[in-house]
Amino acid sequence: MIRIAIVGFGTVGQGFAELLERKREEIRKKIGEFKVVAIADSKSSISGEFSIDEAIKMKREEGRLRDDRKADELIDEVDFDILVEATHTKLDGGSGLSYIKKALKKGSHVITSNKGPLVADFEGLMTLAEKKGVKLMYEATVGGAMPVIKLIKRYLAFCEIESVRGILNGTCNYILSRMEEEGLPYEQILNEAQELGIAEADPTYDVEGIDAAAKLIIIANTIGVDAKFEDVERVGIRKITPEAFNVAEEKGYTIRLIAEVSKETLRVSPRLVPLSHPLAIKGTMNATMFKTDTAGNIFVAGRGAGKEETASAMLSDLYDIYVSN
Amino acid sequence: MNEVLITLIVELEDRPGQLLKVLEPISKMGGNIVGIVHQRGKKTPLNRLPVEISFKIDSKKVERLIGSLRSSGILVRSFNEVKLTATTSVLLIGHLIHTDISDTIQSIDIDGEAECVEMHVSMPEISGPSTAIVTISAAGNERLKEAVEKLREICRRKKITMIEPINEDLV
Ligand SMILES: NC(=O)c1ccc[n+]([C@@H]2O[C@H](COP(=O)([O-])OP(=O)(O)OC[C@H]3O[C@@H](n4cnc5c(N)ncnc54)[C@H](OP(=O)(O)O)[C@@H]3O)[C@@H](O)[C@H]2O)c1
Repeated sequence: MIRIAIVGFGTVGQGFAELLERKREEIRKKIGEFKVVAIADSKSSISGEFSIDEAIKMKREEGRLRDDRKADELIDEVDFDILVEATHTKLDGGSGLSYIKKALKKGSHVITSNKGPLVADFEGLMTLAEKKGVKLMYEATVGGAMPVIKLIKRYLAFCEIESVRGILNGTCNYILSRMEEEGLPYEQILNEAQELGIAEADPTYDVEGIDAAAKLIIIANTIGVDAKFEDVERVGIRKITPEAFNVAEEKGYTIRLIAEVSKETLRVSPRLVPLSHPLAIKGTMNATMFKTDTAGNIFVAGRGAGKEETASAMLSDLYDIYVSN
Repeated sequence: MNEVLITLIVELEDRPGQLLKVLEPISKMGGNIVGIVHQRGKKTPLNRLPVEISFKIDSKKVERLIGSLRSSGILVRSFNEVKLTATTSVLLIGHLIHTDISDTIQSIDIDGEAECVEMHVSMPEISGPSTAIVTISAAGNERLKEAVEKLREICRRKKITMIEPINEDLV
């Protein structure tokens, strides 16, 4: 019986719990029996006897869970095999970092969707997991449903990865591809994206390339480039004019926010992308191109965010922990 | 007309007016001077000064030009065609005019081995930011990288947003 604790019960936490419920039968066949033994949000929790449906209903109706016990104590006091961590992103790690460390120290595996802890202390967390003989899985932190981390670790295990270039922020890609289509100024398309719920009221985190840079750091560390967030040369998309797309198009290019890591480069910046290039994708899609020595170029694309997409990446991590090894 | 870029090295006597004797025939034949480099430290044993001149000219006129330089007494040490084989485009956004676009563009010239070969500026409002796509050609990828690096540096200084391509062969 795999005992799962979930900390952070917002879009992603609930999405993962729902997916566990919906795929219960297949998970049982492919991985084994499981049980969610505890759930916590920022102020409350539930443990002991409860069902996933009941917890989700409670959270949605009352905005909280049954008990006052905090996530911290829950992790200390409840026995579980896997911690699913889906709390808010804080680039200094925030409480997510301390939850993950606690869980690893206890000897449980961790699946996280939260970039913060990995950006803050990738090396430290991996070393700790290894020392404890447990897994720290983080597919959902980069590119949502688009397979990146396990692709690197498994399929490209024996490749030298010369460069990774990707579109890692759906909000920016939406804005740029809409500017390309409509010839409208940045502000106008930003408003549209905000109305559609694609961009936040304060879009800084996305449009200044901070989110993409955080993901780039996770990819960089995964391919063995020891890099910190501050090392990323970062330029956002705010200054791009509608004319930029016209003049670029005359030369056969469009513009996308590209995150790139190679031996010489670590940067997130708007780049000219040939119109026929696979990275010239549209909408909120994410895409990544790997350049390798033996496998040539590998290209993947997929939805970079969303409740189910993110949950599906986390479920693939669960599979990996128990089956692939 | 097939225009080519030529680097010509001549040895001039170190007194006024000598350089003009070379430049005039080039312009007369429709050539465009791209760069002149005096190698001041490198005087020849005969006290002559090597000067490297890059210019663009119709390929058909090269032989005739060199012939006429020689017959007018100029010591031509060498001449050869520089092939600008590597090309890329970059996009610039910002106050390009206020920050002297021609100075920005000239910064990439590397002795005639890298240069801006085409530029298209779009300026919707006088006071607003303008956008330009600049095509750079260079004699090989290394030179092209150097030129792009120079441009990146000057754009950083002038607070111009520079958007580079993701082409495989570059940077
Ligand atoms: N949404 C996506 O599509 C997506 C995709 C990939 C990755 N992610 C990442 O996944 C994480 C969760 O995203 P989300 O969209 O689910 O965010 P969300 O809806 O805002 O949910 C965040 C959850 O974390 C809880 N929380 C915050 N601080 C906490 C603390 N100190 N201790 C315990 N719980 C705490 C919140 O509690 P309350 O409910 O009490 O406020 C909430 O339940 C983020 O790091 C995000 O970057 C999201």
